[in-house]
This record gives sequence, C-alpha cells and structure tokens, in this order.
Amino acid sequence: MMAEALQAFLEFYGALPRPVQILGQIVLLVAPLMVCVAYLTYAERKVISYMQVRIGPNRVGPRGWLQPIADALKLMFKEIIIPSGANKFLFIISPVISIGTALAAWAVIPFADGVVISDLNAGLLYVLAVTSLGVYGVIIAGWSSNSKYALLGAMRSAAQIVAYEIAMGFALVGVLMAAGSLNLGEIVRAQAGEWGPVNWFALPLLPLFLIYFISGVAETNRAPFDVAEGESEIVAGFHVEYSGMAFAVFFLAEYANMILISALATIMFLGGWLSPLHGWAPAGWFEVPVLGLLLDDGIHWFLAKTAFFLFCYLWFRATFPRYRYDQIMRLGWKVFIPITIVWLLVVGGFILGGLPPWWAPAG
Amino acid sequence: MNVITRVFKSLFLLELLRGLRLTGRYLFARKITVQYPEEKTPLSPRFRGLHALRRYPNGEERCIACKLCEVVCPALAITIESEEREDGTRRTTRYDIDLTKCIFCGFCEESCPVDSIVETHVFEYHGEKRGDLLMTKDRLLAVGDKYEKEIAAARAQDAPYR
Repeated sequence: MMAEALQAFLEFYGALPRPVQILGQIVLLVAPLMVCVAYLTYAERKVISYMQVRIGPNRVGPRGWLQPIADALKLMFKEIIIPSGANKFLFIISPVISIGTALAAWAVIPFADGVVISDLNAGLLYVLAVTSLGVYGVIIAGWSSNSKYALLGAMRSAAQIVAYEIAMGFALVGVLMAAGSLNLGEIVRAQAGEWGPVNWFALPLLPLFLIYFISGVAETNRAPFDVAEGESEIVAGFHVEYSGMAFAVFFLAEYANMILISALATIMFLGGWLSPLHGWAPAGWFEVPVLGLLLDDGIHWFLAKTAFFLFCYLWFRATFPRYRYDQIMRLGWKVFIPITIVWLLVVGGFILGGLPPWWAPAG
Repeated sequence: MNVITRVFKSLFLLELLRGLRLTGRYLFARKITVQYPEEKTPLSPRFRGLHALRRYPNGEERCIACKLCEVVCPALAITIESEEREDGTRRTTRYDIDLTKCIFCGFCEESCPVDSIVETHVFEYHGEKRGDLLMTKDRLLAVGDKYEKEIAAARAQDAPYR
C-alpha cells in the first residue's frame, strides 16, 4: 500500500515541469528550515535561561511553545524604517543577499544517503563560495544605512568573517584530503567503516574539527565572537538601522547560517547520517522491525548530530565572556591558521603512511 | 616550564572546558524563578508600600494634625491643612500624599505619635489617569479601612522590636 502510493506520487512528480519540481524541492527544504530557525531562537532563550537558573519564556502557549510565532508576528507588523540619506535599493537588497546565501548553501547538504537537492561534485567548494558571499550582505547593509555606527559594525563583522574564513577553509582542506572528494555525500560515505564512530573524521582530524567549529562560531558572529553585535555593550553592528521584517531577515540568515555550520560539521567530521552504533552493536539489532530502522543509518542521526552542535552554540553563548576584538584577530591569524597548516602536513603523513582504520596502507 | 603549562592549558582548552562543565551543571539545577502573579515572595511586616490613614476601633480618625509627618517628609510629598472641629479637637481638613513624589522612606510612619499614617504591605496599585496617584484624605482613610486587619497584624508582629 505504502509502496504503491509512493510509486504513484513519484510518477506524478516526474510528470511535472522542471521549474515546478524545483519549486517543490525548495519549499520542502526552506519551510522546515524556517521552522527550525524559529524554534532555534526559542531553544536559545530556554537553554540560556536554564543555565542561568531561570525558566525563560513560558507564557505564550503551553510552556512558551508559541513564543517564536508571537515574535515573528510582532516583527511582521513593525514598520521598516529607511533612514534618510540611505541608499534605498541597497538597503532593501542586503538582507535579501544575507538570507539568499544562507539558504542557497543548503542545496548541496545531504540529509541522508542520496537525499540531497543537488548532488554536486564540487559541493564543498560550492558551500565555501556561497557562504563567503554572505559577507556582502553585511558590508552592503552597513554602507547603505548611511550611519557611521552601522558602517563601523559592518567593517568589524566583515574583517572577522574574512579572517576566520581562511582557518575554516584550511580545516576543510584537511577533510578534502582525508575523503579524497569534494562531494559532501562522498565525504560522508568515506567515513563509513567497520569501526563505527572511530571511523569518522573527528578523531584523525580532531584539531581541524575543533578549529572548524570555533571558526564557524566566529563566522556567524555568535558569542563569544559577537563583538560586532555585542548586545550588552553596544546597540548592534551592521544592522543598527534595520527594523521590522528587514531586521528579522538578518536574524533568520544568522540562525540559518548557524544551522548550516552545524550541519556541515556533522557531515564532515561526525559522519553525517551514519549511525554511531555500527561497528560494535550486534548485527541483530538492525534487524528488529521498527527499532532497527531507528538504530540504522538515516536522517534522524544527521538531525541529532546537528542538534548537538546547535546546543553547543547556545552552551558557548551561556558560558564564555566576549572576546576583545584584537584577541579575536590574534586567535584567527596567529593560532588557528598555523595549527591548521601544521595539521594538514600531519594528515598528509597519515594518508601516505596509510594509518588504519581511516586509510588503507599504501600499496 | 610556566610557558609550557600555559600553552598546554590554552591549546587543549582546559579552562574553557571547566567553564562549560559549570554551566552544564547549572542546566540541570533547580530554577529559582518566582512566577510573579501566581507566586509571590514573602513580605516583611515592616514592608513600606501604599500609605493609609488609620482609625481608632470606635471609628474616630487617629490623625490629630500635628504635622510631624509633613515636616519630616524628605520629598515634601505630604500637604496638611487643619481646623478646629465642633467638639474642640484639632483635625485635618486636608491630608494629601503625592505618591509620585513619595520615596517610601517610612519617616511619616515613624514620626506619627498616634500611629495614624502607616505604610501598608500593598504594592500592587496603579494610576490610570493624572491625579490617580495623588492620595487625598478620603482615599487614605478608605485604604486604612480596607486593610485595617492586616495593618494591625503587621504592627503587632513588629511590636517587640520597636
């Protein structure tokens, strides 16, 4: 019955014109992503308040579950004020650039084996290229606001994003070397093996893994690297002049980027959709009717691992005091980049030497 | 040696991990939030909230218009006018407290020789239009009549320490 319905649906889907298919895929991706973003803000408020021995939002709906909806409604009904002297076109277009790049990168993210909108062979390169474009949203927003504070904030954000992009890129070069492919699906498949979680790249590339995630936190301008926004010290960074939905779109882009960084960390270092039970759990476990499906590889493992990284984001924000700006630059240029370069050499040695269980011995 | 331990510590993020462990523990700690309208924190019998003018049990107002409170008030929030009543006693014809000026120091209550002006435990009051926070004699007496039981209980509780 299920199989027949699926078959009928696939036939119906295949008969649709290509643009409609693409639209369907976009909706299928963006709608859940927006819900995730909305509830990430809720999770953020809840997790941080729990760590501060508070309760957090609990008035709108049962246990505050409707809070993000209320927030979204409030922002939608607020006026978008365009500052006098602002470049109107650029002022409106920059949040669109931010959200556009944040969403476009999702096209190549494999949620499970084969479940990906575009199975690009240069997926990793595409992600790096598209996320790098996000900095234009920041700079244009700062410049077009016709406000010195927005411009200064934009410069700080942009400098920070560019600095950490390099360390991030080098960390990804390590993954590229280890997997031997730029295709994100191939990268995950390269992490499958008899040893289960040990086979994942997190262990042999541990320094790169940590640097990638910390750079990711800095890339998204999140605490403790949020000097550009610094809500407890200054008003905001590049988006001081934005209000209402334009501001909300920047916010959506920031959170979508957070989820993207977490998803990429999952794919590249924690084996994406691979189940951590493989390798040590008895094979009989995967034969159990429903439970076996849950224990086996699948999208749920991908989502769980991504959720773990997102929790880390919130955990960091609740724990660490903000870095000073020169410390951020020092960390990016003088600590992360040397470490990644050294570890790239080490990874090269691993691959040449064929370090088991990750790489087969040469010859 | 010192340099090596420092580099080791920062490279392996030891102190950051300790910080994360601390906040991780607090994630599961009992939350201390008081959910205000439903739950309230306990109030001291000495709590200084909304003012009230009290009466004697026989219904006679206590205030004798000595104007000590008016003199002692550091915010000059109290205005009193008095006249001789038909039975020859001195009584107030006007007793105003401007709550927007009042700093709730409690000096008026301390200075009162007949325990007439008091500050009650009531703090959940508001004004909706101009003048709502300007308490007149009638309104102060009404507050006193309404909360006399609680006022008397609070005074009795605090009496041994006075």
